[in-house]
Amino acid sequence: MYDFTYHRASGLRQATNLLAKHEDAKPIAGGQSLLPMMKFRLASPSNLVDLNAVEGLNGIELTSRALVIGAMARHAEVHVSPQVQQGIPALAALAGMIGDPAVRHRGTLGGSLANNDPTADYPAAALALGATIVTTKRKIPADEFFAGLFETVLEPDELITKVSFPLPKKAAYQKFRNPASRYAIVGVFVAKRPAEVRVAVTGAGASGAFRVPAFEEALQKRFHPKSLEGLSVPAEGLASDIHASAEYRAHLIGVMARRAVAAANG
Amino acid sequence: MSTSGAGTSGTGTSGTTATGIGAPVRRKEDFRFVTGNGRYTADIDRPGQVCLHFLRSTHAHARIVRIQAGHASRMPGVLAVITGQDLAADKLGPLVCGWMIHSTDGSPMKMAPHPALTVDAVRYVGEPVAAVIAQTPEQARDAAEAIIVDYEELPAVVDPAAAQGPDAPLIHAVAPNNTIFHWQLGDAAAVADAFARAASVTSIDLVNNRLVPNAIEPRGALAEWDPGSDSYTLWNTSQNPHVARLVLSAFVGVAPEHRLRVVAPDVGGGFGSKIFIYAEEVVALAAAKRVRRPVRWICDRSEAFVADAHGRDHVTHAQMAFDRDGRILGLRVKTIANLGAYMSTFSSSIPTYLYATLLSGQYAIPAIHCAVDAVYTNTVPVDAYRGAGRPEATYVIERLMEVSARRLGVDPAELRRKNFVQTFPHQTPVIMSYDCGDYAASLDKALALADYQGFGARRRESEARGRLRGIGLSAYIEACGIAPSQAVGSLGAGVGLWESAEVRVNPTGTVEVLTGSHSHGQGHETTFAQLVSDRLGIPIDTISVVHGDTDKVQFGMGTYGSRSGAVGMSAIVKALDKVEAKARKVAAHMLEASEADIVFENGAFKVAGTDRAATFGEVALNAYIAHKFSGAELEPGLKEGAFYDPVNFTFPAGCHVCEVEIDPETGRVAIERFTAVDDFGNIINPMIVEGQVHGGIAQGIGQALMEQAVYDDSGQLVTGSYNDYVMPRAVDLPPLVVDTTVTPCPGNPLGIKGCGEAGAIAAPAAVMNAVTDALGTEEVPMPANPLTVWRVLQKAGRLQAAE
Repeated sequence: MYDFTYHRASGLRQATNLLAKHEDAKPIAGGQSLLPMMKFRLASPSNLVDLNAVEGLNGIELTSRALVIGAMARHAEVHVSPQVQQGIPALAALAGMIGDPAVRHRGTLGGSLANNDPTADYPAAALALGATIVTTKRKIPADEFFAGLFETVLEPDELITKVSFPLPKKAAYQKFRNPASRYAIVGVFVAKRPAEVRVAVTGAGASGAFRVPAFEEALQKRFHPKSLEGLSVPAEGLASDIHASAEYRAHLIGVMARRAVAAANG
Repeated sequence: MSTSGAGTSGTGTSGTTATGIGAPVRRKEDFRFVTGNGRYTADIDRPGQVCLHFLRSTHAHARIVRIQAGHASRMPGVLAVITGQDLAADKLGPLVCGWMIHSTDGSPMKMAPHPALTVDAVRYVGEPVAAVIAQTPEQARDAAEAIIVDYEELPAVVDPAAAQGPDAPLIHAVAPNNTIFHWQLGDAAAVADAFARAASVTSIDLVNNRLVPNAIEPRGALAEWDPGSDSYTLWNTSQNPHVARLVLSAFVGVAPEHRLRVVAPDVGGGFGSKIFIYAEEVVALAAAKRVRRPVRWICDRSEAFVADAHGRDHVTHAQMAFDRDGRILGLRVKTIANLGAYMSTFSSSIPTYLYATLLSGQYAIPAIHCAVDAVYTNTVPVDAYRGAGRPEATYVIERLMEVSARRLGVDPAELRRKNFVQTFPHQTPVIMSYDCGDYAASLDKALALADYQGFGARRRESEARGRLRGIGLSAYIEACGIAPSQAVGSLGAGVGLWESAEVRVNPTGTVEVLTGSHSHGQGHETTFAQLVSDRLGIPIDTISVVHGDTDKVQFGMGTYGSRSGAVGMSAIVKALDKVEAKARKVAAHMLEASEADIVFENGAFKVAGTDRAATFGEVALNAYIAHKFSGAELEPGLKEGAFYDPVNFTFPAGCHVCEVEIDPETGRVAIERFTAVDDFGNIINPMIVEGQVHGGIAQGIGQALMEQAVYDDSGQLVTGSYNDYVMPRAVDLPPLVVDTTVTPCPGNPLGIKGCGEAGAIAAPAAVMNAVTDALGTEEVPMPANPLTVWRVLQKAGRLQAAE
């Protein structure tokens, strides 16, 4: 790890001011992605702005139409939250599948979305559930939030404060893990919403999580695994590595989508 | 913990007491380990110690044009930058491979120079190029990044099957065609004759995948030089500190043995990777003298992927000839073994005398021939890893047996049974003479425990759920307890492979056992104490086991090849014999009786036919106060040493049965059942044996389904961290059914054979036989990970059929 200057922000305004002031500053929430990168010397921010003491970024609230989760909610909190388990049980289950217990007790929802790791779980949930990402500057629909590998539309001094997930009628997440890292090789989140069906895929895209319109249209007609038979995602544009070729990922997207629909239907 | 000390004297094998032989005694060492009080190399702090960091090659093959370290050496905290030129100036010799193999034409193996820091070229990614000594690890790393190395890149070869080809770049000038040796064992003419008479022949092509050892404690070294005596102390993560001292002294030339102390304190696993003498400890020793400060290197986890010797990496074509009745007539094996970019300490012996000598398996095979080419490639050096040659041999034989049974349309269990060695001793055509065994007994017990008969019903149940189910056997044999020194000497070993022990009885009757074996997870502090408790009839808490320090233990050959029980404990038995003999003399004087009338039982010396007796503790005290005998009659004291050289290898054998279920949609293989029945001879501590079997099976399953060191064509290690290298996890294993059969080993006083490697040796073949059974094709490479299995299914068109 290279040397850096550490700032412990006590409020959102102070945090965003620090980020604006230092060109190469990075916010740190749970640090479960950033710290390993720094230890490997693959990331070397000059300034770290710690969000852990910032007020108002926690809390989970269930309303009649949406589940609103603070950006600093740890994965473990989301996993065991009665509000999440009641409102979107698939999201609670997803949070319990992230990393290992240590990661889940430090890692945060906001940090995961802002990092936009192409194998992270939350981006698929945000896309499939039609979430709205609330920041210090604006409200961003999930469809407009992600901008390629490890990229989002967030500005350097813009912080996620909370995320609003509209309540679906049914939802489920199925994840096929990388046997080494245990990240998703393919993760598929399906959500049957009042007016539409959404299918979002993580782990497979060469440029991050994405939706599958063909699957969505088929499921819109009938929300059943059989609706997906014969449908597939082209391998072009999918990631390929020693654990999974693009063709294998394309195949797994179909398998995981069918299993997710079956799981959502209970 | 209590003991009655009821073990009877003499045999050492009778009587199970609370702490004696055969008792599942809780491991004495675990209290300090689980309470965080272990003392590993990284826990040791010496006054003024500084840190060592290595700059490693990022190229698989390149000429070094120039190393510019001037700026780095002036950076904050930096004490020195050391290069290969500096080590040459210190007159330090290269690292060596200590086992001479001769090629078929009689020429010696082509061992290329292996300096601890390379001078002219780099030959694998991770090869140490320069070393930085600084006050802190971060400063050392900063300075290493500031060293500028001008490389002239050269083409690389990583695939052993391609290393001898005309297009492969030459890695060492001394080894044309990158061939280290072309070696053979067995009778080629007899094999040709057998194949000419054969009713059928099974052929198979196998790759034994390259593995990274991954001991839980990374390697480390702490070196200190004492200017007053010009002597060194090295604390390091070694499985055999005396051998390390010998090599560092006699071959590398660090210092004469009497001025080099090597201490291997608590060591957290080795699996072979900590047998070898590596560059890092050589550099640490040289650096300690250069900077006149203790110098510590602790490997980090990613660094370990390129700093520790890898295992396996064979490419093999094998053929087995059968007569009309399904009896094996002959076996022909051709193997290319990848030794990496340099020859590691024992690398040459692994694919030769630890591999081809086991190719008879459990079977009576009249003719065997094996040819092995060892090659250099631009990869991390390859050496012994748990099983070392024997997993590779077992994989060849046991895959051949399963494939043959399927081809011949007979039950794989019955084909094995028909060909089992039935009488002992049995001389194989490949050197080994099996001393004892009952292969049908372990097969029968394994089949019963695995409910082999019920497999058909379970397969149908799986098929009803759209899953593929398969079952596979592995009736393995291994040679352990390495080994008779004369025998290994005749085969090229540079050292003898006996073991030493010293039993020190203190005046109060407590006992210290000094052993040349080394415990790095095996539980010697418990099992060795059990032996002493059983033999002397004293509480196990009054016994301590001392190992791993060349200043305390005079000499020893260390722990590997499942040898600590069969060889190390046999040496302790010999020393105990001498202690008892001496104690009888003392007791005779105490009890005023003839030595011939003294009997030793239940921890007491008695005069036969009387009620006169002295406890072991009383005798110990009298041996030291020496009031009951004159110096003319008897030497005071009670301390005896012994060396034990085995008369043969030991031959643990058994049968493992694996049952898998495959999800054809994802390619994921789940191990549903795993049964292991092993014959380890007599067992000292069944709980520790069970743990050893569990760990071995986990590593064997890891090799079969998960683990593989992957290089890309340019020689970069793709699986350089746990992000890509797949280690088996608890969730990957089902509850294991583990049992034993017993044929006591006739070759050592305790009748024990060794258990440390069996699981890793047996499991890969059992798993792959099950996977290929489920998939209905033999063309499945290890590791059978989801992508591989899915591709096999795609190729076989099974997926469409299943839908």
